[in-house]
Amino acid sequence: MGKFVQLVVDGLSTGSVYAALALAIVLVHQATGLINFAQGGMAVLSAYVAWWLTNQGLPLIVAILLAIVFSVVFGALVERWLMRRFERGDPDTAVVVTIGLLTLITGFAGWLWTYNNQQFPSLFPLDTVSFLGVSVSVRSLGTTAVIVVAMLLLQGLFVGTKLGLALRAVAINPQSAAFSGLPVGRLLMVGWGLAAALGAVAAALVAPQLTLTPGMLDNALVYALAAVILGGLTSPIGVVVAAWIIGILENLAAVYVPFIGFDLKVAVPFILIFVVLIVRPQGLFGRKTVVRV
Amino acid sequence: MTLLELEGVTASYGPVQVLDGVSLSVPEEGAVGILGANGAGKTTTLRAISGTVRAGGRITFDGKDIRGMRPDQVAALGIAHVPEGRGTLGDLTVRDNLRVGAYLRKDRKGVDQDIDYCLDLFPNLQERITSNASALSGGEQQMLAVGRAIMSKPRLMLLDEASLGLAPSTAKNVYDAIRRLRIESGIAMVVVEQNANLAFTLVDSATVLETGRNALTGTSAELRGMDEIRRAYLGG
Ligand SMILES: Nc1ncnc2c1ncn2[C@@H]1O[C@H](COP(=O)(O)OP(=O)(O)OP(=O)(O)O)[C@@H](O)[C@H]1O
Ligand SMILES: [Mg+2]
Repeated sequence: MGKFVQLVVDGLSTGSVYAALALAIVLVHQATGLINFAQGGMAVLSAYVAWWLTNQGLPLIVAILLAIVFSVVFGALVERWLMRRFERGDPDTAVVVTIGLLTLITGFAGWLWTYNNQQFPSLFPLDTVSFLGVSVSVRSLGTTAVIVVAMLLLQGLFVGTKLGLALRAVAINPQSAAFSGLPVGRLLMVGWGLAAALGAVAAALVAPQLTLTPGMLDNALVYALAAVILGGLTSPIGVVVAAWIIGILENLAAVYVPFIGFDLKVAVPFILIFVVLIVRPQGLFGRKTVVRV
Repeated sequence: MTLLELEGVTASYGPVQVLDGVSLSVPEEGAVGILGANGAGKTTTLRAISGTVRAGGRITFDGKDIRGMRPDQVAALGIAHVPEGRGTLGDLTVRDNLRVGAYLRKDRKGVDQDIDYCLDLFPNLQERITSNASALSGGEQQMLAVGRAIMSKPRLMLLDEASLGLAPSTAKNVYDAIRRLRIESGIAMVVVEQNANLAFTLVDSATVLETGRNALTGTSAELRGMDEIRRAYLGG
């Protein structure tokens, strides 16, 4: 029982990391209609920035906050100077551009900081606490809590503020939004910046466990994409729930389904995707959308 | 005083030139119609004004050259474009659509008052205030599109076929409300309309476009009296 609960909580924590990445992907997709394959790479870059800052002697929390600020700026600049050229054109081209960006960032990080695993300090102590009568790691609980708070803040921004309303309007119909004076270009930069910040939070939380490498989030990106498809591209809450399900199932299957083990656990979300998409093509929580032309 | 002035305005989509020297003059608080067959360039003329298509020639608003400005910059000057097809934001509620219209305004109280004004002008929207715009009927969406334009407190409104796809009685309701808006607010208007009878209930003068050029320009009374206008646009 204790082992089961620990596996579930650990799964929830890795699932939260997938969820943050997945939400970042949904955010960009809502705003610009394209999937940013570089979302994980951008997040890793910010984790390197945080790591470098701690090596300069800054306290960890300050380094992470500065790395988040860096991410907002970097995300906004990527939109302004790179993606804007492709947003109105062929979506396939734009997606290939994001894949190119991923390769570029990975290569750049490897060149600057080598491909060796770097130790990234943890925000949370490596202790366990007693929870429902079993002991679970503080790190897993803390990771889940931070990401849940980040998601609630994001939700609050979108439903409770004028900026959030403007971001939603631009996502629905940029040209029509401009007729009401909304600065579409600047709002898209904000959207990309927020998405990058979310990725930065995820990277900083998961880096101690995975250790920092340029390809640290490649697997997580695959899981995040699985969550996006499973949850439905239009439903932020669906995406988060899907990411948690994937994180938990992945952990449980590795231990309890003998032939899967740790080598095959990467297949779990995809089996799930196939099953769900056959039954519900719009994803678990997504709405059937009419394609805008 | 002239509020909006177009002189020799040209525009093309790729290699195809669709505006070939359009002129238009809208006085302060005036309303001018643009009539013409399908494909004559009416919508493109409005797009040239609001900055959604690149244009040549001269476009001045309140004495200021606005040609080449971005759509949001044009909107910020006080020009509200109600596009063909309405452009309502489907996944937002009626109230949120109206709030988006007021995006550039800082006077919260005034915004709330203007929302009430829109609901008074278009009572149908009152009961749908929390519905998503995509759930509205075509007529209600058109009302919402006009309401969103009102919310920006414009000095000039560009209306593109506000009657399109509406039952005759609904179209008349919409135009009645817009006429009341014009009288009560003094907002100047450029009114693109296929249905010339409806247009003449609203505008003081009009121009007829033919393949991207002004074929005829006159006051509503003059144009109504002309045989060719009657045959082509007024149903006999
Ligand atoms: N986005 C576009 N790309 C290419 N050609 C276009 C585009 N929009 C309009 N056109 C062409 O430009 C010409 C003028 O179109 P416009 O929409 O201005 O006409 P209109 O007078 O508004 O017609 P309607 O009464 O049908 O709305 C037409 O020949 C049309 O085919
Ligand atoms: Mg038209």
